[in-house]
Amino acid sequence: MSALVLRELRLAAAGGAALLPVIFFLLVATLFPFAVGPDGPLLARTGGGALWMAALLAALLPVDRLVEPDRAAGVLDQLALRGLSEESVALAKLAGHWLSFGPPLMIAAIPAAALMKLPAEVLLRLELGLLVGTPGLAALTLGVAALTAGLRRGGALAGLLMLPLAVPLLIFGAGYLERGNETGALQWLGAASLLLVAGAPFAAGAAIRASRD
Amino acid sequence: MSLLALDRVACARGGRLLFEGLSLALGAGEAALVTGPNGVGKSSLIRLAAGLLRPAAGTVARAEAALADEHLALDERQRLGDALAFWVEDAAPGIAAMGLAALTPVPVRILSAGQRKRAALARVIASRAPLWLLDEPANGLDADGEARLAAAMAAHRAAGGAILAAAHQPLGLAGARPVALA
Repeated sequence: MSALVLRELRLAAAGGAALLPVIFFLLVATLFPFAVGPDGPLLARTGGGALWMAALLAALLPVDRLVEPDRAAGVLDQLALRGLSEESVALAKLAGHWLSFGPPLMIAAIPAAALMKLPAEVLLRLELGLLVGTPGLAALTLGVAALTAGLRRGGALAGLLMLPLAVPLLIFGAGYLERGNETGALQWLGAASLLLVAGAPFAAGAAIRASRD
Repeated sequence: MSLLALDRVACARGGRLLFEGLSLALGAGEAALVTGPNGVGKSSLIRLAAGLLRPAAGTVARAEAALADEHLALDERQRLGDALAFWVEDAAPGIAAMGLAALTPVPVRILSAGQRKRAALARVIASRAPLWLLDEPANGLDADGEARLAAAMAAHRAAGGAILAAAHQPLGLAGARPVALA
């Protein structure tokens, strides 16, 4: 299992694949002020939500490199032959993927928040929200990647599948930013994220098995 | 105690019945060679034996197995030695048996088709699994590669292993049980 997690990290690092979501996230943070204008209060009010949107879309980027290359190369078959269940493989992939996706995104959120002129306490809430929410995003990406593995133009379908499922993360993540935790948004975000993390290995495992037939 | 036991197995792919009622048992030192025209289900039989496909009917039981098929399953960016080391504890016996020692520092992505086949076989040889499942193991191999494959298979059977292979060539499997699919 740990060898599999390390392998995921190595694959993410190879060719800078893990950097793509981060660069995308920062690019959105740079472009957003151009789109709505440099008005500080307006940016501070809308910027946090825009960053959550950016995080969500950035989570879509690795969807075609998570499962399909391993399926096509026979890696998933060889792992199954060694008696590893598809669910364990998916769990290892989830752990490796989050490690290469969540923390870098949280670091990138610091300069992004500065570009959005977010106050310090909002940045803190953004970081906390990302810490709780990115595992859920990573789980969604993995589940959708497994479901679309082997399909032609799976990437386009992946977006359509994933974005609606990410709505709870977006609502509670952005809600926590705006109003703090008076409505328990952080707990709801955690619950949604946990649900996705708990379900994704089973959904992905079943999808990997089904893709063999 | 048999290393592979297929009992009245049927295989259907895409709603089409490929074969049915196939029974086969392989014990220590035994080998079976699956032959038949293209598309008759040779690769499906290998994947069925590996447990990667579910039989439409019948049962499959097997010991620990190693598989070499058309998919290399080695990370393209890694050097061959490192890529093999991900899968097996000690890749050296396989590397030596397939004559790959000079290629271990070379990235997998620049290997030729024949060298890739040798690498896939090296993983099987180094796996120490008692059952080898080989799908077209001699495809793309040169004469030296075929000789090395035959020698490795003979050594594996002499050590109490079993082999199920699908191929169009005889592969040098002496005394292999023929399994003709039609």
